[in-house]
Amino acid sequence: MIEIGLTHYLFLASIIFTIGVIGIFLNRKNVIVILMSVELILIAVNINLVSFSVYLNDVVGQVFTLFVLTVAAAEAAIGLAILVVFFRNKGSIHVDDINSLKG
Amino acid sequence: MENINFIYPEIFIAISILGLLMVGVFKTNSFNLVTKLTSFMFLITIPIVFLNSTVSMKLFSNNYIVDELSSFLKILILGSSAFALFFTDQYIKKNKLDKFEYPVLITTAILGMFVMVSSNNLIGLYLGIELQSLSLYVLASLNRDSTKSTEAGVKYFVLGALSSGLLLYGCSLVYGFTGSTNYYVIAENFSADNIALLFGLVFILIGLAFKISAVPFHMWTPDVYEGAPTSVTAFFALAPKVAGFGAIIRILYIAFGNVFDEWQSILIFISVASMILGAVAAIGQTNIKRLMAYSSISHMGYGLAGLATGINEGVTASVIYIFLYVVMNIGSFACILIMKRKDIYLENIRDLSGLSKNHPLVAFCLTVMLFSLAGIPPLAGFFAKFYIFMAVVKADLIILAVIGLVTSVISAFYYLRIIKIMYFDPEQEKFDPISSKGVKISLALSTLLILFYFLNPSILNFFVNLASKSVQ
Repeated sequence: MIEIGLTHYLFLASIIFTIGVIGIFLNRKNVIVILMSVELILIAVNINLVSFSVYLNDVVGQVFTLFVLTVAAAEAAIGLAILVVFFRNKGSIHVDDINSLKG
Repeated sequence: MENINFIYPEIFIAISILGLLMVGVFKTNSFNLVTKLTSFMFLITIPIVFLNSTVSMKLFSNNYIVDELSSFLKILILGSSAFALFFTDQYIKKNKLDKFEYPVLITTAILGMFVMVSSNNLIGLYLGIELQSLSLYVLASLNRDSTKSTEAGVKYFVLGALSSGLLLYGCSLVYGFTGSTNYYVIAENFSADNIALLFGLVFILIGLAFKISAVPFHMWTPDVYEGAPTSVTAFFALAPKVAGFGAIIRILYIAFGNVFDEWQSILIFISVASMILGAVAAIGQTNIKRLMAYSSISHMGYGLAGLATGINEGVTASVIYIFLYVVMNIGSFACILIMKRKDIYLENIRDLSGLSKNHPLVAFCLTVMLFSLAGIPPLAGFFAKFYIFMAVVKADLIILAVIGLVTSVISAFYYLRIIKIMYFDPEQEKFDPISSKGVKISLALSTLLILFYFLNPSILNFFVNLASKSVQ
């Protein structure tokens, strides 16, 4: 059995973070997927913070995580609200349809 | 708790937001009332901030700092937001944006900015940035029946959320490897040998560069500036940049002050890239709001060049630069808000043709603004650039100064093109008469300040010197 240590958690977080960032850039389909990718990035950060908090025996990391969770919820709410308004005007939330501003 | 009176401005703004929301909910058609109350609240908050402007206080176990720099930037933020609310009254009414949420959202954004410039802690920085950004996303898509405005909101939201995520990842790394989120403790424990810490530093810098729209993280700026309603664009161009600069100065010079060599090259790169892209990409633009977006990108480049020096003169020059940038933008956006024919607001640069014959005074004011943005003496914009280049040369970054001079010559081309269109192109129909007092007063004030700044530059420089000493 290998001992699960800080490095493993950091590695896991970095993988999730990378998936999130790549998801934003490679996604050509749907804006909802982008919102999910943003959540993935924030989850990666939370894993980082909590594992550091345990490792350092310091509670600040967990407090930070609670703040991040709260803000993430607010961010998702505002993102979806903006998306709904956009959908009303354009009738689509396809990434390729977000194209009326160019230059 | 005896120091709580130093955060009275923040407490006052937070309570006023709640009060304004109550007024808006319980009274129908309350836009006028809420706007008046908001302006009144700005007027009260400025003296409260001013009363604390000569102290340097560390509050809440060094996690929140009220000093000359933060007070200066807070007054600048409040003043510019007040102008952004004041000169857009007609535009807001005409475009049916007169919902009471508009001033309330501006106020919440201001609260976030206050936290950004004062915070001495990564948690405070993040919460401030998010409070500001979330309000700005909604403001960008405020005109909810317009495809352009909502699209600007979507773009701003997606890229802004990404940048917050990057900033946060950087924060988590810095917290983990230094053991604290407080800037002072971070500065003590930051060792340049630790590669993860450098990653964290880079991620935080990326997140902040996004917020002030510096290249290579500028992609959202032109689209959002063009799509958002002009009144909101004017606000975007003013206060968030000031707050972003405040946050960058504090985190770079306090938290990462000991590893100056590590971030100097990054900052030089960002600054050079912003200056070049801002100058080159603006040349082909036909929409004046898009042009202002590229202009603001290049100005952010000059501001960052001052910070890249790492010396006191550089910080002072940057703060002076950001102050004069705000004044020039107030004037320019006041002129953009004058461009109205048959009750329809225009955004095309061609619509300005022959302005000098129809509206000689407006044409003169816009000329002053554009000359100043281009950095032509003896206007204030020249001095702003002059101080930056002085500091840059003093810090032995000759290449940066040379690139800055070359790009400012290139960018003079597109400013001069607008002046040529105004003065030498065929006349068009007159613009509607300017009925908004706000536009007239802001345009007059900013033009006078830009024109006569050279008579006594030492007044502003005195305050800024005081302010920038507090981060050294």
